[in-house]
Amino acid sequence: MSKTKLQIFTNGLYKENATFYQLLGMCPTLAVTTSAVNGLGMGLATTAVLVLANMAISLLRNFIPNKIRIPSFIVVIATFVTIIGMVMEGYLPALYSALGLFIPLIVVNCIILGRAEAFAYSNNVIDSFLDGLGMGLGFALSLTILGSVREILGAGSIFGFSLFGASFKPVLIMILPPGAFLALGILMAINNKYKSRKA
Amino acid sequence: MQNASIFVILVSSILVNNFVLSRFLGVCPFLGVSKQVDTSIGMGMAVTFVMTIAGVITYMVQYFILVPLHLEYLQIVAFILVIASLVQFVEIVLQKISPTLYQALGVFLPLITTNCAVLGLAILNIDDKLNLVQTIFRSMGGAIGFALAIVLFAGIREKIELSDVPEPFKGFPIALITASLMSIAFLGFQGLV
Repeated sequence: MSKTKLQIFTNGLYKENATFYQLLGMCPTLAVTTSAVNGLGMGLATTAVLVLANMAISLLRNFIPNKIRIPSFIVVIATFVTIIGMVMEGYLPALYSALGLFIPLIVVNCIILGRAEAFAYSNNVIDSFLDGLGMGLGFALSLTILGSVREILGAGSIFGFSLFGASFKPVLIMILPPGAFLALGILMAINNKYKSRKA
Repeated sequence: MQNASIFVILVSSILVNNFVLSRFLGVCPFLGVSKQVDTSIGMGMAVTFVMTIAGVITYMVQYFILVPLHLEYLQIVAFILVIASLVQFVEIVLQKISPTLYQALGVFLPLITTNCAVLGLAILNIDDKLNLVQTIFRSMGGAIGFALAIVLFAGIREKIELSDVPEPFKGFPIALITASLMSIAFLGFQGLV
């Protein structure tokens, strides 16, 4: 690997951002981003699982036989998800109940399995840690942006603080399911436009 | 939900609480495998098949193994292993029993392990405390709802291929906006049950 440590870390933040470029992990992205806080919470929970799973798999990579690596990865990931779920239930009960079903569903988030397969299984612990952190924070960032957009338009507030006062009529559809698809579609188009101008 | 009749469960899981469009479960295959109607029908059938069986088996794992042994906290690990091996098992059995169906579903089967609709459904069934009969119909309904959504969506996307879409919207953005419009249409079913 000729990449520097910094490159490994920033790779996931923007250049290969999981949400906008690889279209991975769409289900939690769309489902929990009804507010900026939920988006950030989900992003950070996923980051924690991703970092821990990446490190564990990197440490175990010489012991996991090639043929059964996918089931092994899933068991490792499921274990960490269970742990993170219990920690959140204990310390952040409000966030835990807001994210609900999507906490256990971190297991099937394709980003985590994808990084395990594509990076952690063939790299050392420190690089895997940085890769997990970068990818996770990139995911958290996208979720926070999407959550903020939907919260500003749909509820007139950001991180729970009211922005426009009482006279603002919220665009309710933005926090309903259709708004999730719509907001992500438009954000992605803006990103495409920006990218094509830069190129 | 606990005392709901079978008909209500079916209608609500197919239309009102459609897994893809209002619960956001299974969005990855919904966006990924919906470029052509043919493949989307294959995916829809494969998911219907696996989801219905998985719903029943995870129900049994929960109430006959995990609860008696007080191992409920292992739910996630147990369910994902059940689903992964079930998918493998279905693949092997289909290959023997019905090679034609296997050919039709073949490539889609391994993808189902990471379809969050399957695990999501299993956990939802337990959370809502459904009994076995209700579980069977909820699983079937959820799966049919998924198949319905993906086939309709593929039909629309085939048409979009032929139309003149603004440059930045080409590909996924326009697909997401289409999904948004479909989701609005499905919101119309709210209040039906």
